[in-house]
Amino acid sequence: MHTYSGVGVTPGRVVGPVRVMPPAIAAPPAGEQREGTTTAEAAAGNLRSAAAVVKEELRGRAAKATGDGKAVLEATALMAADPMLLKSAVKLIDAGASAQRAIWEAGDGVAAMLLDLGGYMAERSHDVLDVRARIVAQLRGVPAPGIPDADAPFILVADDLAPADTATLDPAKVLALVTAGGGPQSHTAIIARNLGLPAVVAAAGVGELADGDEIFVDGGRGVVTTDPGDAEREAASRWAEQVSRLAGFDGVGRLADGHRIPLLANVGGAKDAVAAAAANAEGVGLLRTEFCFLGHDTEPGHDEQVAAYKGVFDAFPGKKVVVRTLDAGADKPLPFLTDATEPNPALGVRGFRTDGTSPGVLARQLAAIADAAGQSRADVWVMAPMIATADEAASFAALCTAAGLQTPGVMVEVPSAALTARHILDHAEFASLGTNDLTQYTMAADRQLGPLAALNDPWQPGVLALVQATVEGSRAQARHTGGPGRAPKPVGVCGESAADPALAVVLAGLGVTTLSMSARAIPAVSAVLRSVTAETAGSLARLAVSAPSAAEARSRVRARLPVLDELGL
Amino acid sequence: MTERTATIASRVGLHARPAAIFAEAAADLPVEVTIARLGEPAEDALDAASILALMGLGAAQGDVVVLRAEGDGADAALESLVRILETDHDA
Repeated sequence: MHTYSGVGVTPGRVVGPVRVMPPAIAAPPAGEQREGTTTAEAAAGNLRSAAAVVKEELRGRAAKATGDGKAVLEATALMAADPMLLKSAVKLIDAGASAQRAIWEAGDGVAAMLLDLGGYMAERSHDVLDVRARIVAQLRGVPAPGIPDADAPFILVADDLAPADTATLDPAKVLALVTAGGGPQSHTAIIARNLGLPAVVAAAGVGELADGDEIFVDGGRGVVTTDPGDAEREAASRWAEQVSRLAGFDGVGRLADGHRIPLLANVGGAKDAVAAAAANAEGVGLLRTEFCFLGHDTEPGHDEQVAAYKGVFDAFPGKKVVVRTLDAGADKPLPFLTDATEPNPALGVRGFRTDGTSPGVLARQLAAIADAAGQSRADVWVMAPMIATADEAASFAALCTAAGLQTPGVMVEVPSAALTARHILDHAEFASLGTNDLTQYTMAADRQLGPLAALNDPWQPGVLALVQATVEGSRAQARHTGGPGRAPKPVGVCGESAADPALAVVLAGLGVTTLSMSARAIPAVSAVLRSVTAETAGSLARLAVSAPSAAEARSRVRARLPVLDELGL
Repeated sequence: MTERTATIASRVGLHARPAAIFAEAAADLPVEVTIARLGEPAEDALDAASILALMGLGAAQGDVVVLRAEGDGADAALESLVRILETDHDA
C-alpha cells in the first residue's frame, strides 16, 4: 500500500481501477530521416493510412457528440486527412524525411499559416496540432492523446486536464479524477466541481500508476492510496450511503442560530440555471456571460443576448440573479475583444478593461441585460470583473445607470479593490469576491500551474486578510456615509472557495453576506454551516486569518468542525 | 475547363462549419475542383477539398470566388458547389 498526497478539490471516497491519460506526444527529432529500407512510396502510404484511421476515429466521436462539440470534431476529422496537409507532408517525405517528422512539420506550417490569419482561424491552429499529434501516435502505435475510452467506469489519472477535455469527459464513465499537476483553481478542479466528481490534484508521483491498478481516492482529504484494504472499501461504501444525506438543500442557507447566509449558484447559462433552481439555490450569485460570446468570431446581436440572459432570469422569478459582464482575456480569449499576443494576459486587457480598448461592447451588453431584466421577474444585479480602482467602479456604475440598471456592483479579484473597498463602494451597490482570481493575484501564482498549487490556495492567510479588508471596507463606507445604524453594502463570495464547506464557515465568520458556488456543492456547505453559530464562525475566522500558513489555517479550522468527519467531507 | 463564380453567403465567411460542408462535398465529387479568389491567377488556385486551404483562403461573406474543374461531370459538380457557397449555413 502506498499513499500519495495532493490537494482535495471535491469530496468523495471511491475505489476503482486506474486509466491513465496518455502523455502528450513528443516531437519526432528535427531532421529525422526515413530509414534506408523504407521507400518514399511506403512512407507516404503509411502516413495516408494513419491519417485515415484518425479521421474515422474523430468521425466516430463526432457522431456521439452534440452541439458545438460535434461541429468542432467534424471539422477536425476533415483536417486529419486534409489533401493540403498530406500533400505538404508527402513532399517532405520525398525529400527524405520520416513520415512522423514530415506530418509534424507540415502541421507546424499549416498552424503557423492559421495563426497569421488571427482571430477565429488562429484558434483553429490548436485543432491542426491536435490532429497532427494523433497521426503521429497512430504511426508510433501508441495511444492517442486525450481521455481514454473504456467500457467500465474508471478513475482517470492524468498530468492535468485542459478545458477542451471537458467535452470528451463522460461523467458516467469517470469515477474520480487524480492529477499530478494542476492546482485547486485549475481547470481540472473546475471540471470536477461542475461534474461533482471526487478529485485530488497536485498529487506528486501519481504518474507511476498504471492502467488497471486499483486505487482508493479520498477527495475530501486529498489522498490517493494503492492496494486498498478493508478500511478503504468500507470508507467508500459509507460515502456512497452518505451521498444521499447530502443530496438535498431546502432552500434556506443559515447558521445553527438562524443567522441567514443565502446560498446561491454559479451558472454559465440557462441549462445550469434550471438545474440550480431545481436544486433550490436561493438565486444566482454569478452568471458567467461568456457562454453567450465564446465560440463567436463577432459580437452576438442584441436579440440573441436578450434571449440568452432571459433564459437564466426566467429560472429564478422573484429571486436575485447577479450577472457578471463579459470577462474576456487571459484564459478566456475572444478574437473580437482581446489581443492574443499580449506577453502577460493575466495582467493584461481583460474583464472591465476591455471597455477601454473596445468601447461599446459593454454598453450593448448592459442594454441587452436591462431588456431581458425588464421582460422577466428576476431581481437582476450586474457586476464588472477586474475592477481595481474606485474610478473604474464609478465608470461602470455610470454605464449601468445609462442602461437603466439599478444595482451595479464590482467583482473583487484585484488586491487593490479589496484594500480600497471603502471608496469603491461609494459607487457600487455591492461587492462580490472572486476568490479564484483574488488568490492568483494575491499570491502572484498562475492558477493553472501545478508546482504553484500550495501558493494558489484560498486558505492562504493573505487571501483571507483581503476578504476581511473588503468586509471592513464596506462597514467603513456605511459608517462614513450613513452614520451608525446604516447597513453596510453586501459583500458576497462567488469564487470556488465558497464550495469548500470548512472555508464557507470561515467566510461567514469574516462577515461575508452570501455565498455562491456550483449548485452541486450547496447541500454539503449548508449542512456544515448549520452546525455552527455566528459566534463560533467568527472565532474560527479569527483563527484562520491569524494562522501562519494556509495548511495551519485549514487544519486549525477543520479540527474544530467535527461535522466534516461525520459527513466524510 | 469549366469555370463558375460564386458569392460567399455565410455570415462567418468560408470557414468553420460552412468550410467543412463545402470541403466534404468537393471531396465526394468525381472531378478535382479548385477554388481561387476572383481575379487571382488559375495556377494559384487551391484544392477545394482541403478544409485547411479553404480556411487559408479567408473568404468573407460577400467575397467572390472562382471554381474550376475539368472533365466529365464538371458542370454538374460546379453547380452543386456553387449552391453550397451561396447558402448561408449560419442562418
